[in-house]
This record gives sequence, C-alpha cells and structure tokens, in this order.
Amino acid sequence: MKGMLYLVGRYLIYHWVKTVLLTASITLILYLPSGLRVLIQQSRNQLAARAETTPLVVGTKGSPLELVLNTCYFSSKVPELMSYGHVDEIAKTEQALPIPLYVRFHAQNDPIVGTTLDYFDFRGLWIQTGRQMSRLGDCVVGAQLANREGIKPGDTIISSPEKVFDFAGVYPLKMKVTGILAFSDSPDDDAIFVDIKTAWIIEGLAHGHEDLTRSEAAPRVLKRQDNVVIGNASVVEYTEITDENINSFHFHGDPATFQITSVLAVPRDHKSKTLLIGRYKTDQETTFQILEPDTVLNELLGTILTIERFVITALVMVGISTLVIAALVFMLSLRLRKREIQTMAMIGGSHLIVNLILISEIVFVLLASAVLATGLTIVTGCYAADVIRIFL
Amino acid sequence: MIFLKDIEFQYPHGDFRLRIDELKVGLGEKVAFIGPSGSGKTTLLNLIAGILKPHAGYIQVSDQDISKLADSPCRDFRVSNIGLVFQEFELLEYLTVLDNILLPYRISPALKLNASVRQRAVQLAQDVGIEDKLHRYTNQMSQGERQRVAICRALLPNPGLVMADEPTGNLDPANKAHVLEILFECVSKTNATLLAVTHDTHIVDRFDRVIDFSQFQFIGNTEGNAGVAG
Repeated sequence: MKGMLYLVGRYLIYHWVKTVLLTASITLILYLPSGLRVLIQQSRNQLAARAETTPLVVGTKGSPLELVLNTCYFSSKVPELMSYGHVDEIAKTEQALPIPLYVRFHAQNDPIVGTTLDYFDFRGLWIQTGRQMSRLGDCVVGAQLANREGIKPGDTIISSPEKVFDFAGVYPLKMKVTGILAFSDSPDDDAIFVDIKTAWIIEGLAHGHEDLTRSEAAPRVLKRQDNVVIGNASVVEYTEITDENINSFHFHGDPATFQITSVLAVPRDHKSKTLLIGRYKTDQETTFQILEPDTVLNELLGTILTIERFVITALVMVGISTLVIAALVFMLSLRLRKREIQTMAMIGGSHLIVNLILISEIVFVLLASAVLATGLTIVTGCYAADVIRIFL
Repeated sequence: MIFLKDIEFQYPHGDFRLRIDELKVGLGEKVAFIGPSGSGKTTLLNLIAGILKPHAGYIQVSDQDISKLADSPCRDFRVSNIGLVFQEFELLEYLTVLDNILLPYRISPALKLNASVRQRAVQLAQDVGIEDKLHRYTNQMSQGERQRVAICRALLPNPGLVMADEPTGNLDPANKAHVLEILFECVSKTNATLLAVTHDTHIVDRFDRVIDFSQFQFIGNTEGNAGVAG
C-alpha cells in the first residue's frame, strides 16, 4: 500500500502541470456552485436581517429599492432627495419617531451618514472608545472602518468632494473623530456618522468664515450697505470647525428646506405603523412614499433566487462538461500509459494493484479538489459579509 | 534448471503455432535464441516466464511447474525467481533511477522493501557504473545507461533465471558490448541462468548455447529439440 501510494505521489509530482490544471479545474467546478450558494445565502440573511430591524422608511417617490438600500445599507446610489421639513410632519403625527438620514457624501469610499443621536439608540449602537459626537464637525466611526484604516479618537477625516473638478463646490470638511462604535456586524461598522447639520456643512448649506465686521477684515470687504457686509473672493472659508471658529458657522436659509435622503420612521406600535402607512397610501397628492424594507427586499431576494437558480444550473452544466473532459484526459492518459501498465504487470504488479495505482491518482486529484473547494467555500462564508458590502 | 516438455502454444488469432518437444537449460547456462522476427523467440520467453500459458506440455523452472500455477502464485514466483530485461528498457519516466530499480518491490506483495534491498540496489548500480545517477530521471540518461538500469531492476530480487529480450537491440555498437559485458558479469556473479533473444549474430559466440529458431535446430550444445510450425 505504501509503495503504491509512493508511486501515485511520484506520478502526480512529475506531471505537476497536468495535476495542477486538473485539480484547479475540478476545484473551480466544485467551488463555484457551493461558493455562490454560500454568498447568496449570506447576502440574503444579511439583507433580510437589516431590513427586518428597519420598520419604515419614508422618502421621495422614486425607486423603492434605491431608497431602502441607501437607508439601510448606505449604498452609494443616492435616491431622490427630500426636505428636512417632512421630519417635523412625521413627528407631528405622533405615530412614529422620525430619524432623518442624509447619506450622500463620502470620505474616500466610506459613506458619511448625517443623522441624529436617535439613530444610535434605535440601532443599539454604542461608543466603545472615546465619546459621542457633541458639536458640529464631530464624527464617530464604525468599528470595522476604524480597524481597517487605523482610525482612533482625536484623528481627523476629510470628506471627499462629490466631483473631482468641482471648482464652484465647497471645500472638503475636516472632521474630528470623537469616538469609535462597538462592532455590530452591520453596515454601520463601515460608516462615518456625523450630525445632520455637519452633513449640511459638507453640502455647503452652512459655512464659517472670517468675521467681516471686524476692522482687520477690511481688505476682504467688497461693499458695506446698511447692516449688510459683502465680502470679496479673498474671504477665507473655514475647512475645519475649531473652538476658535465654531461660532462663525451659520446657515443661510430655513433648515426645513434643507435636503436629506430619507427618514427612518420608528412607529410607536403596530397600530401607529398601520395608520402611518395608510396616511401615505391614501394621499394621492403626496410626493413621498413609505416603505417596509423587508417587503422591498423580499422582492429583490426573489429575483436573486431566480438568478441563482439560472447561474447554478449553468455552472452544473459547465461542471459536467469539465468532468467529462477530465475523464477524457484520464482515458487518453491510460492509453498513453499502456506499455507502462504492461511492464508493471510483467514485473510483479497484479491487475488489482496496477488498477489501484491508476484509480488512486484520480481519487487523489478529486480529493484534493474537494478539500480545496471546501476550504474556499468556508473562506467565502467568512468573508461573504465584506464582499456583499462592497457590492452594495 | 529449466525443463520444457511437449509444449504447444497458439495465439487465439492468427496461424502462428509453437511446438517444443523438449528443451533443457542447465543452472548457470547462458543460452541465446536467434531467428527471424515472428519465429517464436519472445513467445518462448513469455511461456517460460509464465506470462503466457501453453495449451499443452510442461514447463519447469527451478523445480516449479510454472504452467500449472494460477495467476497470482505464478506472478509471485516470477517476480522472485525470474528477472526480465526488455529491448525498450520499459523504465518509468516519472521515477528516478533508484526508484525504477526498486519498482518490483513497490508493486509486488511477494517482495519486501527494506534497508538491505536498498543497499543491494545501490550496490548493483555501482556494479554497472551508474551509482552517481541514482537520483536522476531516466530520460536524462543515455540508452546504454537506461539498459543498465533495467538490468539492475531485473537482478535486484536475485533471480535464478534472467531472461532478456533483445537486450542490445536499441544500443550502438560500443554500448552493445559494454551492456552485454555487464549482463554476463552480473549473471555470472550469482550463477543465474541467462536466456536471451537476439538478432545479433556477432554476440552469440559469448553464449554457451545458441538455439536457432529459423532452422528449427540447435547450434552448439544439443540438449533438446525445438520446432516452430506455422
């Protein structure tokens, strides 16, 4: 047995290119359907879990899927924007706690989520290191993002401009990290949270600059008229909110007209939920929509399931073809090895031993492929959550 | 000692028929089989080795009637008592020289591979002058060297009978003489019997006896009668 396995090993090592190619192709054929299934299963679980813990989402009429994905998973596709004033309207109904979300901006590729402190209570998020944000320009960072980028309290994060050549746009805002959230195994782990007003500063709706009423700012004054001071282009706009300049930050306009991406509505009870849904459904004039994320996601998952079936069927077909080709390779190889087989029989190898040697070579390749495919599937299962977040 | 009596053999398809009334080969004797292709030389070797079974007759090799043995005992007897050398060497390309020499021990349950066997394999390689190439693959060697590897493989179980089918058929004249010299030397050392099929009439005078299949007669020692019909 030992000698037989030795010969099998020598053959596979000597013909390593053939061995590697066969093993790799069989591994892929075994791995692709199982890996895909694990990936889809996990994405389904992950999507469903987040959707189930998000009762209602209110936003401007448009793609329901975009709205839910942006609200629940902070996807980069921004839905139709809505005015902040609608948050107050929901609050006035006293049927739900409205949590505004403004998920539009990014720092590098990581989403900046403008919201209120209610969001942290609702999601059960707590600060593991540092403290909660308390003023304009503060931010707290998700555990995974902080771990990946080595971010700690006291560091700063700069928002990215929406367009590369946005000459007329606002300066990127340098935000101070005040805390790192505990790991929650959710999209919150990869996000940067700021107060909704900070998000508006990033948008350019509020800003801080030099006090033009002071005498030393005279060179930057273009015109003084009654109580109005008009500055020239040399006025320095602050890109960071500090103790010194925080009082100079101010909003132009009514915050009720400022934009947000959605409102996360947390109904007080089931009755309130039904009433709130009814309010939107019955109002034909409204420009808003109210969504139950799990319903929207179930439609998406239904589509994914259908696609999964198609893909797995296709992969099984390809797999069968590959196995047939592999069998052909083995058969041709046997034909080429006819003399070797005869020699072994003449110098003492029984048919059983010679056949066992040949079968062992095939079994070894199949076993190695199965082990590799299983390993890859397990690795896929471990990293599926990260992979899914990349695509969201 | 080999003794064949009233042997008859015919392949299932074709007209070829081999008949041997009687053939005796003594212990340590070196016998050459010559004759044209298809005259039955290799068939006779295969019959003596037990690879083919005669339709009639008796084949005794070292007190054992090999023609009556079942497949498995016959194979075990062959691997322990008969060394085979082939014209095309029949070495496995994916094994090193040492592994090729040890091959019968890896595939036959009748032979046990141990340290002394390995030592003997190295000794045989030294005897034939390939001790420095034990860990090379055989495709990195010359034809003559490959045949020396094949000779080592045949002699490793210390067989009482060595059968060589055209052992010099694929070699150039210089290698031919050298390999033949090695084969004779090794066989003489263990006093093994040597049966060799050859087309080369220049080397037959090295043998004790020559059996010419083309003329249905023996040249030299005439201790038997053989015939080929067909």
